[in-house]
Amino acid sequence: MSNTPDELKYAKTHEWVKDNGDGTVTVGISDHAQELLGDLVFVELPEAGRSVSAGDEIAVVESVKAASDIYSPLSGKILGVNEVLNDAPESINDSPYEEGWLFTLKPADNSELDALLDAAAYAKHAQDEEH
Amino acid sequence: MDKKTVLNQTHHDLDARMTPFGGWDMPVHYGSQIEEHHAIRRHAGMFDVSHMQIIDLKGSDCKRYLRHLLANDVEKLKSTGRALYSCILNSQGGVIDDLIVYFMDETWYRMVVNASTAQKDLGWIMEQVGVFGVEVLPRSDLAMIAVQGPKAIELTLPLLNEELREAAADLKPFSAVWDPSWFIARTGYTGEDGLEILLPEADCVALWNDLADAGVRPCGLGSRDTLRLEAGMNLYGQDMDETTTPLVSGLGWTVALNPEERSFIGRGALEKQKREGIPQQLVGLVLEGRGVLRSHQKLYVSDKQIGEITSGSFSPTLERSIALARIETGSPHGFDVEMRGKRLPVKVVKYPFVRHGKVVTELQSKT
Repeated sequence: MSNTPDELKYAKTHEWVKDNGDGTVTVGISDHAQELLGDLVFVELPEAGRSVSAGDEIAVVESVKAASDIYSPLSGKILGVNEVLNDAPESINDSPYEEGWLFTLKPADNSELDALLDAAAYAKHAQDEEH
Repeated sequence: MDKKTVLNQTHHDLDARMTPFGGWDMPVHYGSQIEEHHAIRRHAGMFDVSHMQIIDLKGSDCKRYLRHLLANDVEKLKSTGRALYSCILNSQGGVIDDLIVYFMDETWYRMVVNASTAQKDLGWIMEQVGVFGVEVLPRSDLAMIAVQGPKAIELTLPLLNEELREAAADLKPFSAVWDPSWFIARTGYTGEDGLEILLPEADCVALWNDLADAGVRPCGLGSRDTLRLEAGMNLYGQDMDETTTPLVSGLGWTVALNPEERSFIGRGALEKQKREGIPQQLVGLVLEGRGVLRSHQKLYVSDKQIGEITSGSFSPTLERSIALARIETGSPHGFDVEMRGKRLPVKVVKYPFVRHGKVVTELQSKT
């Protein structure tokens, strides 16, 4: 069973969002998503400084099996990206909620954050998709 | 409802990620596909390949029939137990399936064909029997485990009964030994040494568990695919199918046009293609930069499409992406792949890419 930390918010497209409490958020992909993808071998990260809208395709993660788009869960500006993933994409498999984070973002609209799924709702969504 | 091999519960108990494959519920990996890949290159791993279809042919006309049915020539099998890789072709020279055929005795041959094509193959094989004195016997009572890797044989031998152990210890590559219930072949689909063991379903789970206890790692179809791709082995349905001949699929070496008087199915079409010029060829590709080559990605020389990738993946041994691709004959050695809307340079290299744990292709190709 995959891990879904309670303190995070989730998008239906399997990204997690952590509110850093300083007007910024950190974004990654869920344990469930990395499990589905299998061993990751390549990550294409967004450019820092770029303005994005919620739902934009802004990154790509590729596993041995498939390439998968990453959608921005929120509108705002990309602040920084996890450069470590360029050389160690497997960090996402090993630690999807810590070392495997993808990027930080300054949200334009906090109501979007509130509209994301909580852990229980996301866990149910992920389970429904499996079956 | 997907069919289940006798090891299905074992895979679930090992927490495998399962996927439908050719009508079967099969394991993709048991945690990490890449670690499973390395286990086979460096030590030993095993696959449940019970979904593959075993077919016995019996009767006085077996050899004559197979010399008609197969593009390769079973006449090459001079002693019992020897194995041959071949395609089955339709009359247009298209590949119905690829298989391994074992020479058991003058009136008995054994074939192993792909799972996803099993029903089609059986229909075709029976249809072609016609007046030949041959009985077609699907052996759905047998399970199959492939043990592969540099330590595979050493770790498997102690688990065999004494007679088979002695015979299997002396097996030459592409040969088999058997007793009334078990059949052991020194064959595989990984580019490593190893054995494929065909055995009664009732014995299968125990052998799997004994192999696991001996340090043989359970491996899923995910690593089977990256291993065979590194080894430059074709996958039916991707690298060749009924619309492509062996000659445009890197399988010309498996077609026996000599002796000229052997009239196998598809021969006329292949001779015509040879006469008129073989329009395409299968090549190995390496992506110089980052990203992963995938099947169906298109290949371009400036704006002209010259072909497409038939099998592509990340190579765990080379730590970069490799592929097999079908391109126009006479294409240059470097061109572009279209990947997610972008053009990236790829280079043609010799394949196999990896054999017996070693990189055998030249990554710095000629320009």
